[in-house]
Amino acid sequence: MTGILLALRNVAISYGGIRAVKGIDLEVARGELVCLIGTNGAGKTTTLKGICGLLPLTTGTIEYDGADVTGRPAFELVRKGLALVPEGRGMFGALTIDENLTMGAYARRDRPVIAQDVERVFALFPRLKERRKQTAGTLSGGEQQMLAIARAMMSRPRMLLLDEPSMGLAPLMVQKVFETILDVAQEGVTILLVEQNAKLALDVADRGYVMESGEVTLAGKASSLLHDPKVRAAYLGEAA
Amino acid sequence: MDTFLQQLVNGVTLGSVYAIVALGYTMVYGIIQLINFAHGEVVMLGAMVAYSVIVALAGAGGALPPLAILAIATLTAIPVCMVVGYLLERVAYRPLRRAPRLAPLITAIGLSIVLQNIALIIWTRNPLPYPQVIATVPYRLTATPDGATITNVQIGIIGLSIVMMAGLLLLVYRTRFGVAMRAVAQNPQVAGLMGIDINRIISATFALGAALAAVAGVMDASYYGVAHYQMGFLLGLKAFSAAVLGGIGNLAGAMLGGLLMGMIEALGAGYVGELTNLCHLSGWSDALAQRCVNDPHLELFGSNYQDVFAFVVLILVLVFRPSGLLGERVSDRA
Repeated sequence: MTGILLALRNVAISYGGIRAVKGIDLEVARGELVCLIGTNGAGKTTTLKGICGLLPLTTGTIEYDGADVTGRPAFELVRKGLALVPEGRGMFGALTIDENLTMGAYARRDRPVIAQDVERVFALFPRLKERRKQTAGTLSGGEQQMLAIARAMMSRPRMLLLDEPSMGLAPLMVQKVFETILDVAQEGVTILLVEQNAKLALDVADRGYVMESGEVTLAGKASSLLHDPKVRAAYLGEAA
Repeated sequence: MDTFLQQLVNGVTLGSVYAIVALGYTMVYGIIQLINFAHGEVVMLGAMVAYSVIVALAGAGGALPPLAILAIATLTAIPVCMVVGYLLERVAYRPLRRAPRLAPLITAIGLSIVLQNIALIIWTRNPLPYPQVIATVPYRLTATPDGATITNVQIGIIGLSIVMMAGLLLLVYRTRFGVAMRAVAQNPQVAGLMGIDINRIISATFALGAALAAVAGVMDASYYGVAHYQMGFLLGLKAFSAAVLGGIGNLAGAMLGGLLMGMIEALGAGYVGELTNLCHLSGWSDALAQRCVNDPHLELFGSNYQDVFAFVVLILVLVFRPSGLLGERVSDRA
């Protein structure tokens, strides 16, 4: 078995009659933190949805853990350890924090370990523990993002797909969320991070892909992308 | 005053049955926003299947105690109805999950007709006298000799309904399956991302509603002492109205709506004659007074109008409070 955990081969996805993703190749090795950056509408979220089986592929294949998982429904992939934290966090607003976490662990059967994991994520997010009996809808945006990550962690994923975790958050919260992402990566979880905030993403990632109008235009080590003149001009702007 | 108490008892009994049926409508609506108009027919099938079992068992020598016969009949009707409920969803509604909303609605009405006709073929078009395996014993509620009573059957219906409602609430609010049900209701796509097999949860919801319907069918037929292949139609519509009254998609709302609907119907039927008696107006017209000497019951509407109340309530709710008593205000959510 190779070191590659997730591989997209010539993946194209049409969305509402538009070719949103036009045949991209992308690889993530075990233990890597890879980011996918690009402007709004570049096809980043569509790519993630395609990986998770939420959107059908027009062409191409998706391999996960050495197996072809093209077109498998989302719930099966979670059971294989591939979890997505969706854009906009995807809270169950009327469910309590405890219940949201229970749902995160839905695919698992090892109850005693689940209880330990709840304590583990609460250690990571003490804020959530204080409010465990409250409904998720009462949390602030940042807290909801924390809960979304915590909930995804409850499935004990081998790979986490994060869609715009910084979106709509105050700068201080963004920092906290990214610290958490690094913590999760430290635990050995492979991460594919989709972000509009290119600087932030490239700072934490090992490697990066740049998407433009449905195509991957640049790929490489995060540190070299960070110093690539084209990237600097297009995405980092004044961050000189 | 005795009329009031008696109609209240009748209303609560009827309301318990409506509440159990309404729960089936509201659970399905809550999870896939579909009005399963064939649900009333599932109630009817429950009553019919139990009827056949009761007749078979009672005819087989009658060695079994009455309560055992009723229990076996109900426990046979439950799995049959669960399979029917499951099949309705699997065969008819699931292929239409992404279709415009009108398509599954029309399908539901079609299924209702199909199920009625299947029942007609099996159980004939005649009203079937429901065997009263349990002898009705009235208990007096007041000191007056011909005062209000409550029967053992009524107590049984009310008691069993309370137990089922409590059980359902425990299931929905205290178990992993219940949390998953609520998660799918709120956001099916994200529920899928949690590893929840949405289709299984939806199937289970239909089966659960059908199980309740089966018991409701046996209760209703036992109460009125008759079963008929069309009995599910009106019962279903009234229970649906009850679910709307309480706020469709809301479990507590279905229970409250069912109970209120039963009471409105019973009290309405009990008082409509009295309230529309033209002889109250004798003072206005001599001709009227003359007539009322001979017949003091010049009532415009009789208790045969009892079925009207449910629909008057439905219309009023839809006009003045479409979200129902306990329903959340409908807001635009992405």
